[in-house]
Amino acid sequence: MSGLRYVYAVCRPFGTPLPAQLSGVAGVPPKQLVHHDLVAVVGQVPEEDFSEEPLRAHLEDLDWLGATARAHQNVIDALTVVTSPLPLRLATVFRDDSGVRTMMEEREETFLRTLDRLDGRVEWGVKVYSEPRDTENPQASGAPGDGPGSSPAKAASGRDYLRRRRDQRKESEERWERAEEFARRLHESLSEGAEDTRIHAPQDSALSGAPGRNILNAAYLVPRTESEAFVELVDRTKDDTPGLRVELTGPWAAYSFTGEDA
Amino acid sequence: MTVVERREVALVDLLDRLLAGGVVITGDLTLRIADVDLVRIDLNALISSVNENVPAPWEEML
Repeated sequence: MSGLRYVYAVCRPFGTPLPAQLSGVAGVPPKQLVHHDLVAVVGQVPEEDFSEEPLRAHLEDLDWLGATARAHQNVIDALTVVTSPLPLRLATVFRDDSGVRTMMEEREETFLRTLDRLDGRVEWGVKVYSEPRDTENPQASGAPGDGPGSSPAKAASGRDYLRRRRDQRKESEERWERAEEFARRLHESLSEGAEDTRIHAPQDSALSGAPGRNILNAAYLVPRTESEAFVELVDRTKDDTPGLRVELTGPWAAYSFTGEDA
Repeated sequence: MTVVERREVALVDLLDRLLAGGVVITGDLTLRIADVDLVRIDLNALISSVNENVPAPWEEML
């Protein structure tokens, strides 16, 4: 087998063949590379796309990055059905099988420990958004910078105008505090139903296309057997939160809980 | 709760996990994985350049 080796995940031997039609990065079906009590799930990828320079360039191409991320996820999803994989970072590419084996040999103990910790667990993602409001629209609030002559008619004097601006700012701050308080309480309550948690950076609305401002972007490690209860917990807290939106994603492989560095 | 029942995940949720999560390996790799984190910055630049009308909240965080 020539070409480079793209490694998706490391697992305990799972005894089940992967679906024959399963396709991974570069459209290549992944294979299992066994080393002692570990299996690396590996796909052959072409050097012209995955050696250092082309890979670096590709990673800045959103279409390529998206397609590769989905292909990677496709394989991890299939693994999640049959085992609890330890996923590797996107685009972990070795020169040959021997490089992959050396890596497994060197990290054998850590991998086994982490796989034990993640066995039977999945990751759930929970995001909280503060919904956009009309008052945040400059046209509706008479923002400064509208220029002379364009002030709303209701601003009878400069003093009125300043007072209204101050009230709006206060309302906006209070709403923000309420949103943060809600997110904090939700995270506390969900953490009790999880073995581990991780806070990701809030998502940019320009990047996600999701309306509103993302104020919590968290991941929770939950045993499969308790996932139903966890999802119900999220569903319950979703109610009764005007101006806020809660989104649940998952179950994911435990991407956010793979190591001490996480 | 099977894979089939799930709607397609948002790319941004996927990248949160694939670029910030997963085991980071060092060694005989074609590309140092630490370099990959830079992708997010490039992504932001890319998105803002095609969405000039959309405010870019990350500027507030700089």
